[in-house]
Amino acid sequence: MQTTLRRRFKSEPFVFHSFNYLFMLFVAVVTLYPFLNTLAVSFNAGLDTTRGGIYVWPREWTFKNYDAVFQDGRVFHAFWVSVARTVVGTVFGVFLTAMLAYTISRREFMYRKFVTVIFVLTMYFSAGLIPSYFLIKDLHLLNTFLVYILFPGAGAGLISAFNMLVVRTYIHTLPESLVESAKIDGGSDFRVFVSVILPLCAPVLATIALFTAVGQWNTWFDTFIFASSRENLSTLQYELIRLLSSTVNSNANPNISSTAAKDTATMITPLSIRAAITMVASVPILLVYPFLQRHFVAGLQLGSVKE
Amino acid sequence: MPQQVVHKAEPSSQPARRTEPYWRKMFRQRQLILMSLPMVIYVVIFAYGPIWGWMMAFQQYKPGFSIFDQKWVGFDQFRFLLMDEGFTRVLRNTIAMSVISLVLGFVTAIGLALLLNEIKKTGIKRIIQTISYLPHFLSWIIVTGLVSMSLSTEGGIVNIVLVKLHLIDEPIVWLSEGKYFWGIVGATNVWKEVGWNTIIYLAAIASVDPSLYEAAEMDGAGRYRKIWNVTLPGIRPVIVILLILNIGWILNGGGFEIQYFLGNGQVLDYSETIDIFVLKYGLRIGNYSLGVAAGIFKTVVSIILLYCANLIAKRLGEERLV
Repeated sequence: MQTTLRRRFKSEPFVFHSFNYLFMLFVAVVTLYPFLNTLAVSFNAGLDTTRGGIYVWPREWTFKNYDAVFQDGRVFHAFWVSVARTVVGTVFGVFLTAMLAYTISRREFMYRKFVTVIFVLTMYFSAGLIPSYFLIKDLHLLNTFLVYILFPGAGAGLISAFNMLVVRTYIHTLPESLVESAKIDGGSDFRVFVSVILPLCAPVLATIALFTAVGQWNTWFDTFIFASSRENLSTLQYELIRLLSSTVNSNANPNISSTAAKDTATMITPLSIRAAITMVASVPILLVYPFLQRHFVAGLQLGSVKE
Repeated sequence: MPQQVVHKAEPSSQPARRTEPYWRKMFRQRQLILMSLPMVIYVVIFAYGPIWGWMMAFQQYKPGFSIFDQKWVGFDQFRFLLMDEGFTRVLRNTIAMSVISLVLGFVTAIGLALLLNEIKKTGIKRIIQTISYLPHFLSWIIVTGLVSMSLSTEGGIVNIVLVKLHLIDEPIVWLSEGKYFWGIVGATNVWKEVGWNTIIYLAAIASVDPSLYEAAEMDGAGRYRKIWNVTLPGIRPVIVILLILNIGWILNGGGFEIQYFLGNGQVLDYSETIDIFVLKYGLRIGNYSLGVAAGIFKTVVSIILLYCANLIAKRLGEERLV
């Protein structure tokens, strides 16, 4: 008995698994550490942080950093702009993407290939920044909220070709007889889509809603290019850039952002403000994605392995 | 009963479809057409509409005049671009950072997927996966912020660990030296996306026929032999498809934000990519024509690369995109 046990511990599987678990621990630590460190900094008194030695636990607890973030009217407003663009962009984006995916899932649709190609090509084709800028300018969309919903770039935009393909593949897994019988009962395509396909697609819609929301919430480029001259259209990510650009290279760029400068008296530093905004900007999504994990993993796997 | 209905419907619709005139078919499918038309119009305007502006690349564009009243210069902008030493360097940086990110990204994601696959405890596996997806959901501003904080000389964790391990004597100013920049871009991309990229590989691994493993075991294959001779060949189609997809993005330089946010004057010779070049000429210098020409170059080369990769895969009898 003893010898078999000893042999098992010495055996190849045991050694392999030990190293494997150690490696996974390493991956988890490397992934989480920068984030946990920022979390600790965001709850630590600003001046104390500059002394160094903050790892994953605050030394001098404080909520002042978050107070400062939410008392800054500009950041607070930007938070709500981010929420607005995420909600509006996701609701319209998901519905329209699903509707488009339904049309290209219908094998009898005569323009099926054309519609598919024209969207898939956008994954690689880009007319470029400068022509896009002129288009947005000519359409009088500069410095409007609408540009956040309509401009198709950098993760945002109404339709993502990738999401469209994910939904189409999902629809193909549904039994064809559902659509057929609904049509025979006199349902038009739009009716079939709304009352048969949409409810059945709930899991995949949750997936692309997450992708769209993440894209909308995280993007900054459209604000930077098309709406940077309107302060009340600034988003949370853009506010973070304003702060970051003043602190990213502390040895190269010593000027301190206006928000933090006026607060240095109350022991708040740009670094701690930045940590607090980082948390405000990332926590909403981090609270949601673990619950949708099952769905988005299935959605991505479906899109890749099938076909 | 429903079966009967379907059966009855088929013979009547099938022959009709073949002889049906075009416009009648259009009328019959008007719902599908109406459902897709708004989005098609949208994408034509917003994604393809700007092609109109490509005319600028063949002009010496001066702001204030209409696009029709500009001086035409033919391919001069492109000639200037390809002769320009600055642009050659930009091109080198772009391709270098893309290739580094691509190779590192593939190797690490496949490796992590293979190791995750060996973990039989579902609970632990799921926790590791959930953690590994986290950075994918962070915005690039946040990620580059975390990277610059981790690499800082004042309390950055990378320097602290390396000094403690006696691998370096004193902290390195990582972001101020050009020779580290490409590596930092590759590592940042891996950090952000490696977990996310395992999703597809894990699915591919799960779809490998289990009887192949049994057969290999009977031939006396161990863990590593099975990975090398069964798993990796089994997921080859997925690897090829992803490679084709990624080759079309090779002129993206492994992302735009990393270079934009982490690049600085000291590493400019290594950090400037095509996208940043376009931004610089468009926004700061105001030489629209040159910026547009660089953008056209990027798009055209990307499409050609995608097409070639697809063609080669087809020739080699591999899976392909279209």
